[in-house]
Amino acid sequence: MSNIARRTFGAGIVGALGLTLAACNRGTDSAGGSDGGGETAGSSSGPSIAIISKGFSQQFWVTVRDGAFAAAEELGAQVTFDGPDTESDVEQQIQQLQTALNGSPDAIAYAALDSEASLPLLEQAQSAEIPIIAFDSGVESDIPVSTVATDNEAAAAEAAKKMAELVGEEGSIAVIAHSQTSLTGVQRRDGFVDYIENNTSLTIADIQYSESDVLEATNATNAILQAHQDLKGIFATNEASAIGMVTAIDELGRAEDLISLGFDSGQGQLDAIRDGRMEGAVTQDPYDIGYKTVETALAAINGEEVEPEVDTGYYFYDETNMEEEEIARSLYE
Amino acid sequence: MSTDQSSATTAEAAEATATKTRRGLELQKFALFGALLLLFLIFFIASPNFLTISNISGILLAASVTGILALGVNFVIATGGIDLSVGTGMTLFSVLLAVMGTSAHLGLPLPVAIVLTLVIGALVGMFVGFLVSYMKIPSFIATLAMMMATQGLSLIITSSTPQYFTEHAWFRQIATGQLIPKIPNAVLIFALVALVAWFLMNKTLVGRYAIAIGSNAEATKLSGVNTKRWTLYIYMTAFMFTAVAGIVMASRLNSAQPALGVGYELEAIAAVVIGGTSLAGGRAAIGGTVIGAILMATLNNGLQILGIAQEWQRIAVAIVILVAVWGDSVRRNRAAS
Repeated sequence: MSNIARRTFGAGIVGALGLTLAACNRGTDSAGGSDGGGETAGSSSGPSIAIISKGFSQQFWVTVRDGAFAAAEELGAQVTFDGPDTESDVEQQIQQLQTALNGSPDAIAYAALDSEASLPLLEQAQSAEIPIIAFDSGVESDIPVSTVATDNEAAAAEAAKKMAELVGEEGSIAVIAHSQTSLTGVQRRDGFVDYIENNTSLTIADIQYSESDVLEATNATNAILQAHQDLKGIFATNEASAIGMVTAIDELGRAEDLISLGFDSGQGQLDAIRDGRMEGAVTQDPYDIGYKTVETALAAINGEEVEPEVDTGYYFYDETNMEEEEIARSLYE
Repeated sequence: MSTDQSSATTAEAAEATATKTRRGLELQKFALFGALLLLFLIFFIASPNFLTISNISGILLAASVTGILALGVNFVIATGGIDLSVGTGMTLFSVLLAVMGTSAHLGLPLPVAIVLTLVIGALVGMFVGFLVSYMKIPSFIATLAMMMATQGLSLIITSSTPQYFTEHAWFRQIATGQLIPKIPNAVLIFALVALVAWFLMNKTLVGRYAIAIGSNAEATKLSGVNTKRWTLYIYMTAFMFTAVAGIVMASRLNSAQPALGVGYELEAIAAVVIGGTSLAGGRAAIGGTVIGAILMATLNNGLQILGIAQEWQRIAVAIVILVAVWGDSVRRNRAAS
């Protein structure tokens, strides 16, 4: 008992020191270790690529990082991977982008939380002739030489199509979106809502935002279910939102009469789909996003022609197809 | 003689001020309760789906985790300090519970893990109390550091992956089971924890010294109280509430979510402030804190039910905080003059 406690304290102190040191070191090539905020991988020579993601805590970003590090290893590049604490820390991410820029890497790959806010820095990168690769979500600007991303609107529309198949002709549906500022949040919401409104006779009853907070998503879903007793289905636009959605549906005992679809994976969603509390979800290919980001960045560094948009694909999965190879690779527990 | 007289007058004046403050607190509680009822009335008129048993229990469920955090923070705020680490601390305790209690990790029996989580909560509180009292680090800084450290630790321990309690089917029942039909157990735990907090704050030395330190640390020390040691105990108490919140949250979500937690400290502090506890210390309103937490949950729930956009929900909470604190300061100024 006291052993565990002592270890906790030790780890606490080390953790606190580690965070401080990492905060000082962020963006330099020597940064790394297990602070979670920034890591380095790849060969010691070769061009340097600074990757600024939207986070490091959700498993999705860990899989993106794995793909990026694998590409760095195979294709020969030095890659750093940083991300803000939460997906609402726009300022922290801008700071990380600034730090990356100060290190003058050969290329920067950037998943913008708020694309408008980062424009001045991107312009700075452009004038320093550092190619910018946008990944995961695009940047509303022509500065990035390429955007490596899932077509989120098409992926969410796929979920809407399945929703319409499962719910039928009549009824209302709600959306738990994870953000109203990030492009992925907006695109998934719009892709879903537009498909429902243009191609079905279903109606959208409510849209609430979770800010990727499970508890917030739970309480929001709870309120939606109270307000719309006749609701037929709910779509959650990311992992945290989906787990919150399922928790609230369970609490109210509504799993039987509701169609619930999610986005991405994670153990919570996979379990819910396996035991029938959720009907299915759309997954991106996060590994491929990381891999192709590094691949595209290298091509840009070498002055090769790059596609303005590199699509990394998506799949709809449910309990019948989740074991299939290309889908299983994209799913993470 | 004359000094005796003057000290007697001072004592009388102090007594009078104390009575006024007490009366002020009572008034605050009524005003708060009135505000809550008013809010219920407005939402009831606006939506037929608001005032249903199932929605009320949903509101109380939503209030329970923030509420338990707020009750704990109350003890630190009473001393004139602040605790910014409750949100991420709660997450760390839920993560530790998962690490100790699931077979993927240490695999201890879950009840043992729950008790250990509470013990670790007390020890972490002791550590923070030590930083504040013996190392003389301002509580704002000590708990800010704790906030970052606990967040980092949660992510490191879990490799940033949510940990699930699916192997223990009964674990969810702690928060979502219904000993009383239609009322989730988390709400009962919230009520129980509130009673414990009230008792600790009003009937034990921990609470009395917390308030004494908050109103005048120097005088408390001069009257022979070992304020350093009691500060340690006060933080231990506060962090045990955080650990309880972590356990309840883990049970409700049937998982430990390492990425969660940032922002909850401010919600908890907001509930405390709305409840009438002064951030300057020397005062604590447990009942008010409970109502404050329920008021915030009601506001969020009601506005969500009406389909009002979330950005406006934030603004509504902001207005409630300002009005509550403004009303409080008006009353206090009146009491002081």
